[in-house]
Amino acid sequence: MNILVCVKQVPDLEAKFKINPDGKWFAEDEIAFKMNEYDEYAVEEAVKLRESIPDGNLVVVSIGPERVKEAIKKALAMGCDSGVHIKYDKENELDSFAKAYAIYQYAKDKNFDIIFTGMQSQDKGSAQVGIILAELLGIASVSTIVDFKFNNGEIEVKKELEGGKKSVVKLKTPALLTCQLGLNTPRYPTLPNIMKAKKKPIEELTLDNPQNLCVIDKISYPEKKGGAVILEGNPKDLAQKVVSFLKENGIL
Amino acid sequence: MKTLIVAEYREGNLLDSIYESYSFAKIFSDEIICFAVGSESALPEFDKTIKLYFSGIDRSGEYNPDVHKNLLKTVIDKESPDIVVMPHSSYGWDLAPRLSALLKAPMISEAIGYQDNKFVKPVCNNKLRLVLTTDKKPLIVTLQSGAAQGEKGSVKPDMIKLDESYETRYNFIGYEEAEKKDVDLTKAQIIVSAGRGVGKKENIAIVETLAQALGGELGSSRPVVDAGWLPHSRQVGTTGQTVAPKLYVACGISGAIQHLAGMKKAEKVIAINTDKDAPIAEVADLLVVADLTQFIPVLVDSLKK
Ligand SMILES: Cc1cc2nc3c(=O)[nH]c(=O)nc-3n(C[C@H](O)[C@H](O)[C@H](O)COP(=O)(O)OP(=O)(O)OC[C@H]3O[C@@H](n4cnc5c(N)ncnc54)[C@H](O)[C@@H]3O)c2cc1C
Ligand SMILES: Nc1ncnc2c1ncn2[C@@H]1O[C@H](COP(=O)(O)O)[C@@H](O)[C@H]1O
Repeated sequence: MNILVCVKQVPDLEAKFKINPDGKWFAEDEIAFKMNEYDEYAVEEAVKLRESIPDGNLVVVSIGPERVKEAIKKALAMGCDSGVHIKYDKENELDSFAKAYAIYQYAKDKNFDIIFTGMQSQDKGSAQVGIILAELLGIASVSTIVDFKFNNGEIEVKKELEGGKKSVVKLKTPALLTCQLGLNTPRYPTLPNIMKAKKKPIEELTLDNPQNLCVIDKISYPEKKGGAVILEGNPKDLAQKVVSFLKENGIL
Repeated sequence: MKTLIVAEYREGNLLDSIYESYSFAKIFSDEIICFAVGSESALPEFDKTIKLYFSGIDRSGEYNPDVHKNLLKTVIDKESPDIVVMPHSSYGWDLAPRLSALLKAPMISEAIGYQDNKFVKPVCNNKLRLVLTTDKKPLIVTLQSGAAQGEKGSVKPDMIKLDESYETRYNFIGYEEAEKKDVDLTKAQIIVSAGRGVGKKENIAIVETLAQALGGELGSSRPVVDAGWLPHSRQVGTTGQTVAPKLYVACGISGAIQHLAGMKKAEKVIAINTDKDAPIAEVADLLVVADLTQFIPVLVDSLKK
């Protein structure tokens, strides 16, 4: 059984973002990057499935500059068998269609039975790449899954709806699932597995002709509408200010 | 511009998102048409007659990606809209990219506004705003809930029934309700919530001391529930509860859009966060820049005095 998992590397969102002079993206040099949180759940689910079947093969794919190799290596250390790096320096300039199309180009003749992606990327929050990829491949897909079971070629998933409600859906392979937070508990790569991962192969591919349908016009900081009073200082003074605020507003 | 807005139904009930989409579409459209798979007893009503392409759930069922995408494609092929607007919900973000792939149509998710003839969306957990453009059509947009205000009108739509049927690869078994609630946060006057910033399970107790000192209920953001540190009944947000207390204290919560959706109706909001750029500041009255594990004990002391 062939399994594919798609991972993206995203900026640490607690960083301070500095917009580039061209106004189209932010400076990436001082920012730490890590695996998209949603993709950690996707990798974990893929690895669990891989471990539960006798002859599986699990590939992790990521599009982006050299740095995304770190995300690929993490997925390999979590248990993927091999990696595919689709090199493209300005990943941020690719829209979802272009990314899905690039993965489709790689995956179309590989007969993947099950593909996992994250529900969305934490930075762009598009929630598109997985479903578009499935449609391009002509396979069934369910988004936002919070539960996954696989038995004799049949998949049963719970798709999360609003307010904590879920819908239960059955489908057959080949299929693609987009993974929501809380689907499982992603494992931490152990040191021996990190060492083992170093020997796993990473294939390099290029992306020559991106199929963008949208382009970035500009990026900006949100307008401050009122916004909070920012309190900094030593804890005692801060606590006094909070107490006064509560009194002024009749809460205490 | 001509805009097609897509209604969402659940178990035969029309969701209000259609009126948000309608009022949003009015900003840039000279013609608006509507698409719905739903029940005839709950049709959308607007301030004037608009064309509604309709298929009943009795024949097309609850949400089924294969059926809905093909029905919608038929309508788009026939009407050639410039823009298609869907709610950014578990329905819209599932259906929209299917159309994007089928039609090779550009798509913008989670739009929150329209400025200078372009759609704006939040990125990087709301710390930045992104404007995207395209010269292709239709442009498919999913609209963030609450991004536009709209109400039900009183004019019935001009209904055109769709009677195509399609094969499906999905077997919908049924719905599973959210876990039973042991606490009703919607009635609480004071809520003190713990976010991922608590760092570990043991630190929930610190946040709990503040909830007790203020006589409030303990709430949380989603990662705390996903990690099993608190039950789902404590979760505030789109996939948890929507609350409107007098005071909401967000401890170690960044302020993701899905969390804000559940608490932005709170009268007063205090955030305790080590990151002074945390987007929670947008809805907070006070942002105390501090490590919660150090600050909360001091605050609790002051409250006791
Ligand atoms: C479809 C969907 C539905 C969702 N539904 C919900 C929902 O219902 N509710 C919900 O909450 N989320 C929901 N989410 C998840 C949401 O997008 C965010 O991932 C989540 O809200 C983040 O939670 P957080 O703020 O606790 O964690 P983070 O975003 O990781 O933020 C942690 C914060 O803690 C601060 N911090 C770190 N250490 C400390 C310290 N020592 N002291 C003080 N501050 C500290 C950091 O600066 C940061 O701001 C949903 C997501 C999706 C896609
Ligand atoms: N650059 C990328 N490389 C590989 N997979 C990606 C990339 N960008 C997005 N994805 C996958 O698509 C999912 C949804 O991303 P998005 O549509 O950008 O919100 C992510 O969780 C990943 O699984």
